[in-house]
Amino acid sequence: MTQRQNYAGVAVTAPFSMPYQRYSIDTAHWWIARALRGSLDAAGLRPAEVDGFSVASFTLFPDTAVGLTQHLGLCPRWLDHIPMGGASASVSLRKAARAIQAGDVSIVACVSGDTNHIDSFRNLLSSFSRFAMDASYPYGYGGPNANFALLTDRYMQTYGATREDFGRLCVAQRENALRNPNALMKKPLTLDDYINARPIADPIALFDCVMPCAGSECFLMMSEEEAQRRELPYAIIGSTIERHNAHAEDDIQLRGGWTLDLDELYGMAECTPNDIDLLQTYDDYPVISMMQIEDLGFCDKGGAAEFVRSHDLTINGDFPHNTSGGQLSAGQAGAAGGFIGMVEAIRQVTGTADTTQVPDAKTAMVSGFGMINYDRGVCSSASIIKTGARA
Amino acid sequence: MIEALQLPPRKDPQKRTVSPTRPPEARSRASLGLSAAAAEGRFALQVCAECNAVQYPPRDACSNCIGTDLPWQNISPAGLLLADTVIQTSTKLYFRERTPWRMGTVKLDAGPVVLCHIHSDCKKNAPVTMLNRLDAAGQGVLLAIPTTRTTNMEDDPLLRALSADPKHRRILITDAWNPNTPALATALIEAGAAAVFVGESESWRPHPNRAALAQIDKVEVQPLDVTDTASVKKLAGEFGGKTDILINNARFMRPGGVLERGDTVFARDEMEVNYLGLMRLAQAFGPAMCGRTADGVNASAAWVNILSVNALSNSPDYGCFSASNAAAYSLSQSLRGEFRSAGLRVMNCFVGPTDDAWYQPLPPPKVLPAAVARSVVDGLKAGLEDVWCGDVAKDVRERWMRDAKVLEREMTTGVDGA
Repeated sequence: MTQRQNYAGVAVTAPFSMPYQRYSIDTAHWWIARALRGSLDAAGLRPAEVDGFSVASFTLFPDTAVGLTQHLGLCPRWLDHIPMGGASASVSLRKAARAIQAGDVSIVACVSGDTNHIDSFRNLLSSFSRFAMDASYPYGYGGPNANFALLTDRYMQTYGATREDFGRLCVAQRENALRNPNALMKKPLTLDDYINARPIADPIALFDCVMPCAGSECFLMMSEEEAQRRELPYAIIGSTIERHNAHAEDDIQLRGGWTLDLDELYGMAECTPNDIDLLQTYDDYPVISMMQIEDLGFCDKGGAAEFVRSHDLTINGDFPHNTSGGQLSAGQAGAAGGFIGMVEAIRQVTGTADTTQVPDAKTAMVSGFGMINYDRGVCSSASIIKTGARA
Repeated sequence: MIEALQLPPRKDPQKRTVSPTRPPEARSRASLGLSAAAAEGRFALQVCAECNAVQYPPRDACSNCIGTDLPWQNISPAGLLLADTVIQTSTKLYFRERTPWRMGTVKLDAGPVVLCHIHSDCKKNAPVTMLNRLDAAGQGVLLAIPTTRTTNMEDDPLLRALSADPKHRRILITDAWNPNTPALATALIEAGAAAVFVGESESWRPHPNRAALAQIDKVEVQPLDVTDTASVKKLAGEFGGKTDILINNARFMRPGGVLERGDTVFARDEMEVNYLGLMRLAQAFGPAMCGRTADGVNASAAWVNILSVNALSNSPDYGCFSASNAAAYSLSQSLRGEFRSAGLRVMNCFVGPTDDAWYQPLPPPKVLPAAVARSVVDGLKAGLEDVWCGDVAKDVRERWMRDAKVLEREMTTGVDGA
């Protein structure tokens, strides 16, 4: 196996989150345009100055990134479409970083966004993947809720985690969300609320599930010199990994692809779990966040339940986690759900997170997970980013 | 343990009949192999011809060696229930109306892990047996049941939805004259049918089945001539709304091929009964049955045709009769398509030569009426589409699956000196 080279010289900047809406009559194109504009304005750039464009979206159909170039009047010399849902941010980031290092492109806009019409979620489900169509949906059509219920059931059987443990994670995220004015969830959540919520697919109940919504997220990538010339606060990339269809031999997914590349993830970034100031996990369900806390080395396998019992996961706690409220409390805006943690992490290490700022955050880990092709999430990814220049 | 299903009270005509909804029907082409196996009640999966790896979900290339030759083979249905959930809410109407719905993850002894429906008596981390059944969309789905029988296990709502169990259902058998009718009626009543209606043509003429039918409890004989549109419509007007299963066993047959007969008189009768009779019945009873596939415990469930296995490949000894059955078989395929949206299943019971007067010249083995009855009842309970009754029918099926052209050549051997 070849040794990955470092990501020296690449800056990640101009994070922008378009405030989410539960339902929107606008299209994914509109949402993506708004997020792109947000980042360009933050960096003082005109669309014509962007020569690289990377898109993640589920609801652009029949368009792809190709259609968007003409739609938005862009003329990129480097174009990418990332169909990896929750894992898309790190994948988008690492591909763009390499292109910048190689000189293939100067400024890349990485954007993700989706709309949510009244019937969008049902329609998205019905055409998500061939294996899901053939072998998952005919069995109760529970969508991801049912898949993750099975995974949660097995996780609880195997490691002795309880609903209270998942609840602690959700409650902490809600507390974070209350400091994020753009989070869809505005009401405090107690552990009792969590435990007594409406059952969805046992053992999953209402507050284990994200709320599908419309939204978009964007950040820009360029050389450090370019970012410095423009006097932009920016993050640098310590390391990134991605992995697909890992541990296919496991009967039920209790671990993800991160475990295969963990040593390189920390090694390249020259740090350890103790150096991570905040963690952004992909939180489509709390069990998946627990899995990431384990697989990313913050505790032993099966130890996440004890970990959440003994740590404070809020912004001011000893283990700040999903500081903007995550998808569980801010909303899941389709593929933008894969970007929410990255964009928040860029804000955090550049000191621009405002009301959700973790004091003195220098090193952040962002983890991604996605695409329930049949019975498990196929894609996983992670990045460690660090302060390049603070605001 | 499952509560025994109770016979529902008489239907309140002021209440709205629940519209039929269906589970998802869309499948990849590879996946239809599961439905084809379910049509015959087989638990089969793709097995790689190169490396023998068992595959699931169905696919176009082996997940072990990327080989693309993946024939479907019968597989051990044994497995272990690893995890389960009870779905409380679904965006699909069919399931939304039927929650809570239990499904789960089963590790098959043969290798793959499958998501499947779970019978309520299955225990977590305990062995289960897999069934491959057709659902209301007419697609093969997997269901885990306990390895040993449990009390009233057929009354589990999931299992019942994947069958056309005669229990508590009202059944119309179309031809009182057919030698198999008393056996069919008896077997259906024994299987728990609420009532059996038997159509009788030419009621003024005596026939040997009349006395036998009169002795069976819950059997009601009604006038029906499948060659007479008015007669079919009249019976449908009275009984169409309470026919849950229709068994078309009307048969007109005479021996002989084309040259032997010299005219088209018998051929016309065969088409009138065997082909157009089916069409008349479908036009009269089909719409009402299609409207009642979600009508509770005794919702309409199945349309059954009893056909000669020579519908698949002609037997010149009975050449014209075979042709009329081929026409009926072809029509049954059209009906499958037309009934699909309502979720009404069409079951064809292919029968070899039966032990009655018109097959008298043929040597054994022959099919006894009780065997036909058993095949039909078992097929309904298992929700099958294709049932092969008797050794000859099974033999023809094997040959037909292997090579239809070779079978045709076998069936059309000449006579020396002719």
